[in-house]
Amino acid sequence: MTNALVLPVLIPLLTAIVLTFFRNSFILQRTLSFLATASSAGIGVYLLLRIQSEGILRLDFGGWEPPYGILFVGDSFALLLVTAAATVTSIILLYAFSTIGEAFEKMYVYPFMLFLLAGVNGSFLTGDVFNLFVCFEVMLLASYALLILGGRKVQLVEAFTYITINVLASWFFLLAIAYLYGATGTLNMAQLAERVAENGQGPVLTVISLIFLLVFSLKAGLLLYFWLPGSYSAPPAAIAALFGALLTKVGIYALIRMFTLVFHHSPEITQSIIGIMAALTLIGGSIGALSSSNIQQIIAYNVVIAVGFILVGLAAGNEVALQGSIYYVLHDMVAKAMLFLAGGLMISLTGKAKIGELSGLIRNYPTLGWLFFIVMLSLTGIPPFSGFIGKVLLGEGLIEAETYVLLTLAFLSSLFVLYSLLRIFLNCFMGEAIIGSEEQVVLKKRTLLPIVMLGVLTLAIGIGADAIAPFVNDAASTLVNPQTYIEAVLDKEALLKK
Amino acid sequence: METLITLLVGVLVMVAVYLLLSRNFVRIILGTAILSHAIHLLILTMGGLKKGGAPLLTEEGSTYTDALPQALILTAIVISFAVTAFLLVLAYRIYRETGADNLDDVRRELDD
Repeated sequence: MTNALVLPVLIPLLTAIVLTFFRNSFILQRTLSFLATASSAGIGVYLLLRIQSEGILRLDFGGWEPPYGILFVGDSFALLLVTAAATVTSIILLYAFSTIGEAFEKMYVYPFMLFLLAGVNGSFLTGDVFNLFVCFEVMLLASYALLILGGRKVQLVEAFTYITINVLASWFFLLAIAYLYGATGTLNMAQLAERVAENGQGPVLTVISLIFLLVFSLKAGLLLYFWLPGSYSAPPAAIAALFGALLTKVGIYALIRMFTLVFHHSPEITQSIIGIMAALTLIGGSIGALSSSNIQQIIAYNVVIAVGFILVGLAAGNEVALQGSIYYVLHDMVAKAMLFLAGGLMISLTGKAKIGELSGLIRNYPTLGWLFFIVMLSLTGIPPFSGFIGKVLLGEGLIEAETYVLLTLAFLSSLFVLYSLLRIFLNCFMGEAIIGSEEQVVLKKRTLLPIVMLGVLTLAIGIGADAIAPFVNDAASTLVNPQTYIEAVLDKEALLKK
Repeated sequence: METLITLLVGVLVMVAVYLLLSRNFVRIILGTAILSHAIHLLILTMGGLKKGGAPLLTEEGSTYTDALPQALILTAIVISFAVTAFLLVLAYRIYRETGADNLDDVRRELDD
């Protein structure tokens, strides 16, 4: 039991509520929201260190022992993601401070971002399937509001589609929860895992697991990504970066958690379906990224490719592959945020979004150009940046699992990522400068600083891979040995003593 | 009893899917509302319909009705209420901005 486990959710939530009362004091809004996200990240690190010495942490709300109450469970996987999410959000906030504009700040953009973070962190930490649904909804409602802020026509229409899709996905989530409750009589993840293991994963449970697969694939953009490029390219860069870095990752987390903890008993059905879906996602995302000439669309399709790439690791399902997936999720949060911010900055500086309309930007904005180059290398997986280690481990895991088709597709997709981003780089940054030095919009240092910070972070994760290796290894070993998780939650001996 | 309710859920889902597939905003929103009612009913059924007394601990009485589905439904109702309200405001806002009340006209408006 440790109360600190609730803080990554509680701090953003309470700060957001307080901030709604101070609509017009921007300085307070900015300071408090940054402090909230930064302190959540700090608490994430603190908890991560405690897990290494004390094992999996758990917080039973209201003192109700599992399986009766709702609880938060902190293992290394959850807290790595919490830390990464909070860190990336605080850097995106820094970017938002200088770019988002007064109209957005008046319309509660920071409180909504904090609500989103609270929902995301809650989804990572919860140990109860229905609570996972509630946290998803907190996150989604915040994202609905963020998507329509500004109220341009295209945003409103994209938001309508996005919300309808998500309502449908939430419906399937509830459907799966209802069937799961009917079939097992519990919603506590650890007890679910135990009961499914005891009674065997029969046809009924496998069908339920496939409904869960459908739900989380819709949220993660695994194969069912048709809604993603439109709604991720509609809002301003800071909000799109937040979506690209966090929202799909929650779906990925839920998929990995459910299919390693609860539904891992008939891999020949679930794992192979996930594998096929991941393969099709890689292909579809690559085609999308190549066929578009709009910078925002290309970037949004890169999100899709990454989702496929990460879940290839789940399809392989061995420890090394999962280590690779975890590294890659962390890397992708940082790198995607950086990519969205850099791309968004190009568009806001020039007012143009088509790659054919831009040229020679490197003369005007050399730092931005080289930062874009760095994020391109990082996403392709060139050492010393953070994408490299994830790709290597994932490759090893796939070879170990002898899934050579997925291996080929996963690494071919890296080439498509490289090509699609190189197309932006060569077209927009190289070539003849079309904007004269007199007419170019001034790029403030504090706008560029967050992107530099993300660049440093991707380099740091790449070089310091050894430093985070113990956490990642612990996370992956908990995923492959679900018994550790179950024992930490349903502490049998401690329960008997009481 | 459970079978009957499950059939009712099926009919509700049928109606909701029909409404969701239309192009008119208000119909789509009504569709999502009916869809959420259907799932609430299903959760209730999955917990087992009335089997025992009210779930209050007393000295007599040995079997109790499962109270958890009610708690789940209460939460789900609040969430679907919020989302429906949001969707209605959004549809109104789109109507104010574009003068269109269905997806076809809105797309045409955007293309112009």
